[in-house]
Amino acid sequence: MKITLDSISHHYGSTEVLNDISFSLSDGEIVCIVGPSGCGKSTLLRFIGGLERPDRGQVLLAGRPPADSLNPLTYIFQDFALLPWRTVEGNVSLVLEDHGIRGDKARAIIDDVLARTKLSDFRTALPRQLSGGMKQRVAIARALSVKPAVMLMDEPLSALDSQTRELLMDDLVDLWTRERFSACYVTHNLAEAVRLGHRIIVLSRRPGRIREIVEIDMPLAERVDRLAELETMQRRIWELMREEARAADMEISDVA
Amino acid sequence: MSHEVVQERAAAPVGAEAAATQVPFRGGGFRHRPLGLVSPLVFITIILLWELGSRTGFISDIALPAPSQALAALVDLVKTGMLWKHLEASLFRLVVGWTLGSLLGVAVGLFIGLFSLARAGLLPLVSALFPIPKIALLPLFIIWFGIGEGSKVATILFGTFFPTVIATYGGVDNVDRNLIRMGQSFGLSWLSIVRKIILPGAMPAILSGFRISSSIAIVLLVAAEMIGAEYGIGAYVLMAGALFATDQLIAGVALLSALGLIIGWLIGRAERYFLSWRT
Repeated sequence: MKITLDSISHHYGSTEVLNDISFSLSDGEIVCIVGPSGCGKSTLLRFIGGLERPDRGQVLLAGRPPADSLNPLTYIFQDFALLPWRTVEGNVSLVLEDHGIRGDKARAIIDDVLARTKLSDFRTALPRQLSGGMKQRVAIARALSVKPAVMLMDEPLSALDSQTRELLMDDLVDLWTRERFSACYVTHNLAEAVRLGHRIIVLSRRPGRIREIVEIDMPLAERVDRLAELETMQRRIWELMREEARAADMEISDVA
Repeated sequence: MSHEVVQERAAAPVGAEAAATQVPFRGGGFRHRPLGLVSPLVFITIILLWELGSRTGFISDIALPAPSQALAALVDLVKTGMLWKHLEASLFRLVVGWTLGSLLGVAVGLFIGLFSLARAGLLPLVSALFPIPKIALLPLFIIWFGIGEGSKVATILFGTFFPTVIATYGGVDNVDRNLIRMGQSFGLSWLSIVRKIILPGAMPAILSGFRISSSIAIVLLVAAEMIGAEYGIGAYVLMAGALFATDQLIAGVALLSALGLIIGWLIGRAERYFLSWRT
């Protein structure tokens, strides 16, 4: 399934947040969106998943999602968005119940996704008992359980400490190597972007425009051993963004 | 000056080599310790002092009967079997009035929390009716619902309805919007989101609303039993008051207080059961 964004523009009140954004996302590809704070990258992700509607332009889906996909466009949120009153397995089963998957069938899916995210020993734990990294693993397990065609990841590692982030990045690379999911990955962390992205879309400050699209032609699995090369790439992107990031930092916020 | 003081202090430590002193502890404070024995002790002390005051004549019998007299009245109530009659009548009114008021309150609160039309239409109405003392409406309730159980249950029902509405819609408003967005992003149905995300998320607010509404229900019980009630703890207290039988009055009031404590304890248990997921 291919997603195409066709000249998306959007306003919040009188502030223009996004201007003429077009790009596409193909099967098995991870596209990272980076940009200074307030450039509308999270808004863009909400358009792609249909949680908000852009003022102008459209998000197009080409091709059919795999037949077994319950929720083709599936989010992973920065704050995990787990129900605190449900256990780990309860949080996963939440998204299956509405598709009429219960009992043994649900248990099989839950077993499978918890094993894939190394959570099998924690199935009856409540979110408050888990560390941040574990919570995000639960959210990933929940996303996997609906067999997404595209994962929409909104700063998924930003609420975690740097060591946990490193661990989860490795997990995501492993997962991608096995499953070849496609993803749109929004982050402000350039190190994450160069480690996980096949393409990196650099947005400018408000109104967000595409400044540059950086292709990284290096297999994901190899990247952990070629950090020096990534470092140069990361610095190049940073040079692109630096002035705008500074300007964004000095700004007084008037958008909610 | 302060400078000298510091020097003096520095010189003070014992021994020549003991220049190192421990960092003075200045944390702590503002933190509560669990002192489970204190509250029963306070109760017992007050009752003992009261009894002592009555026995020595420091507290006149007319002003306040001794706790032992009140206890005797209570024992009398048990012996004659009237206690159960009163309790039965009161509990029936409380349970029916509070349950109906709470159910309706949660339902209307959910409506106000979920639908803009209900919020625009009903919220001003609730705000206008909430502050009316329901006791003032008792004569109307008697006309509408009869002098029997109807008016008594209705008084408690209306009294508990409004605080429950306000607690419920406040709770719905406070549910984490991100959780709702998560539910939508996974394509959950509207009903599923309400049932599995909004309702449990509003539960803490609803239960603390129950705490308030149950106390209001007990307060209104006495008011509701003012007119045309033969049995009931409220009727018993009012009767005792009319006869200036202060020992019975205290006994009845103690019963109401015990009832309040038991209900509070039950709600505490419910909170621990329903909200065990909270930190």
